[in-house]
Amino acid sequence: MSAPQNPKVPVRTDTTSLPAEGGFIGSGQEGGIKDQVSAYLQRVRHGDMGALPAIGGLVVLVILFTILSQTMLGQQYFLTERNFANLLTQAASLVMLAMALVFVILLGEIDLSAGVTSGVALSLFVVLTKPDGLNMNWAVALVLALLVGFVIGFFIGFFVARVGIPSFVVTLGLFIGLQGVTLILLGDGGVFRIQIPEFLAIQNANLPIWAGWAMLGIILLVSFATSMWDRRLRTRAGVPNRTIALVWAKLGVIAVVGGFVVAVLSVNRSSSIKVIEGVPIVVPIVLAILWLGTFVLDRTKFGRYIYAIGGNAEAARRSGVKVITIRWAAFVVCSVLAVVSGVFSASKVGSVNAGFGTAIVLSGVAAAVVGGVSLFGGRGRLMHAAIGALVIAVIANGLGLLNLPAGVNYIVTGGVLILAATVDAVSRVRAGGSLMRT
Amino acid sequence: MDAPLIELTGIVKSFGPVSVLKGVNLKAYAGKVTALVGDNGAGKSTLIKGLAGVQPYDGGQVRFEGEEVHLHSPREASRIGIEVVYQDLALCDNLDIVQNMFLGREETAGGIFDEGQMEREASETLRSLSVRTVKSVRQKVSSLSGGQRQTVAIARSVLKKAKLVVLDEPTAALGVAQTEQVLNLVRRLADQGVAVIIISHNLQDVFKVADYINVLYLGTMVASIPTSETTSDDVVGYITGSKTYNGAAA
Repeated sequence: MSAPQNPKVPVRTDTTSLPAEGGFIGSGQEGGIKDQVSAYLQRVRHGDMGALPAIGGLVVLVILFTILSQTMLGQQYFLTERNFANLLTQAASLVMLAMALVFVILLGEIDLSAGVTSGVALSLFVVLTKPDGLNMNWAVALVLALLVGFVIGFFIGFFVARVGIPSFVVTLGLFIGLQGVTLILLGDGGVFRIQIPEFLAIQNANLPIWAGWAMLGIILLVSFATSMWDRRLRTRAGVPNRTIALVWAKLGVIAVVGGFVVAVLSVNRSSSIKVIEGVPIVVPIVLAILWLGTFVLDRTKFGRYIYAIGGNAEAARRSGVKVITIRWAAFVVCSVLAVVSGVFSASKVGSVNAGFGTAIVLSGVAAAVVGGVSLFGGRGRLMHAAIGALVIAVIANGLGLLNLPAGVNYIVTGGVLILAATVDAVSRVRAGGSLMRT
Repeated sequence: MDAPLIELTGIVKSFGPVSVLKGVNLKAYAGKVTALVGDNGAGKSTLIKGLAGVQPYDGGQVRFEGEEVHLHSPREASRIGIEVVYQDLALCDNLDIVQNMFLGREETAGGIFDEGQMEREASETLRSLSVRTVKSVRQKVSSLSGGQRQTVAIARSVLKKAKLVVLDEPTAALGVAQTEQVLNLVRRLADQGVAVIIISHNLQDVFKVADYINVLYLGTMVASIPTSETTSDDVVGYITGSKTYNGAAA
């Protein structure tokens, strides 16, 4: 190319930001914070709302229960430090199960047996660790319990991905069958108490105050490091980066929200002389799994192919994606994480009985849907499922405090699920999309 | 004339007792657009599926860059540089343009995606095809029009450095302006030195974009003519079997 004809046009060596002939292909990263915000609002208006409705619902519910507790009971039971910590530990198991289910829901599949899978695994755990029985080391037994999840997931994956039976049917069969396995494992004993301090600590002990703040520091550091790493790679490739202000804004939000949560949990919330303070141990465990799972879904081939298969399995196959292997692996991941959910649940109540895990699975599916994960596959994030699970946990917690009959809880939860699905569908229809697809 | 990039000789294929391809010859040249026309059931799809390696031929010879090749699988076809853009597009609606273009062969650094690198290569490829209808390479494919989707699908094959791109009805179901855009894109693809085979029912499109026209009639190649030496009426005649081509084979 010769020297530029027009002296006003600067010579640019960075060809990536040059417009294509007569037009411009952007990357969605250009512009200042104002452009980014307006682009985001644009996406929201076009029905890409993500977890926004669930977050809104969470805020509304918290305000509602705070007022109701004050007016109906004459005293604040809901918005207290103690109830906040209690809510987190109550929600942990459901959050974990909802995140587990995301891996198969993204494929457009379902795992109805996720709850009873954890039932079988935890039954094995209590039988193995029984002090007057095998008395196995709890850590070894825990690994074996997770292995049970692996085996069951492998079994489901074989029938769904390899043989081609609908996951609804396979996992419905297991939902029924595995309850029998649990029954046989536990025998006629009924309830098995767990008396392993380390195991019970997961849901019943707290981090020291300093460790809670250290956790927040690590979260901020990891968030900052990944953002900077991404920017470095993009700069190296010569593509535009989002304005750095967004990184600071994100860190600011984490610091403020996280700081508030840690501060509240650092207050002594005991009503007796015994001091209870600090972040429950389960919180950093859930956050670590959330981070790791999101990392895998967003940044590795396994994760990308899960989304691709959920979007268009045939397109993925023609692109060389090993559809069978990915599907298979997703069921294994789901079942193993479901066992982790069962561990939280067993640690919370301190016992395992024959009905363990039978009731929670549909709440897990509901949580994912409330959070904005599409049952048709291909759309949703782990964070969405976690927020949806918090919504459902807040309903159960709040209504429980109000001394309303248990029936009300079911009715309200069901109503919220339908409401969430309706908000999602209507926003999509208004945006010109169809009800059926992504 | 240069040697053809790909040359099919005496291709036969039958499904049970039904003989679909009865000794078909076809040549395609680098930098040229070769149209394949014919009525429904003439054997166009079968011919293409053989090229893609989806349904291998029963007999006949395929020479690619002068070498005899055997197209047994899609992977094999892709390896030597043949890409087929199917009519039903094979894109994932829920992924963005970059993610679709790189699906199945993502750039990674230590097992982790290098999104910057992929984004740059994707925009460079689109720019090299002078695509100007796409606002951002990070748009979800679900937000794209039919013409834009076709563009992404074609750009995807270019990204793979394909030497032969086969387009199956790329303008079916597109509006006038979008058809124009896609045809321009096909032309630019050929100008980059890629051999293009285009299947179309729309003779207007074929005459606008193709350098050679090949007519299949009931499993036999009844005509192979440079576009400049024939007319729409003649081609319609060959397609329907009401005319016979007597000229020298191209």
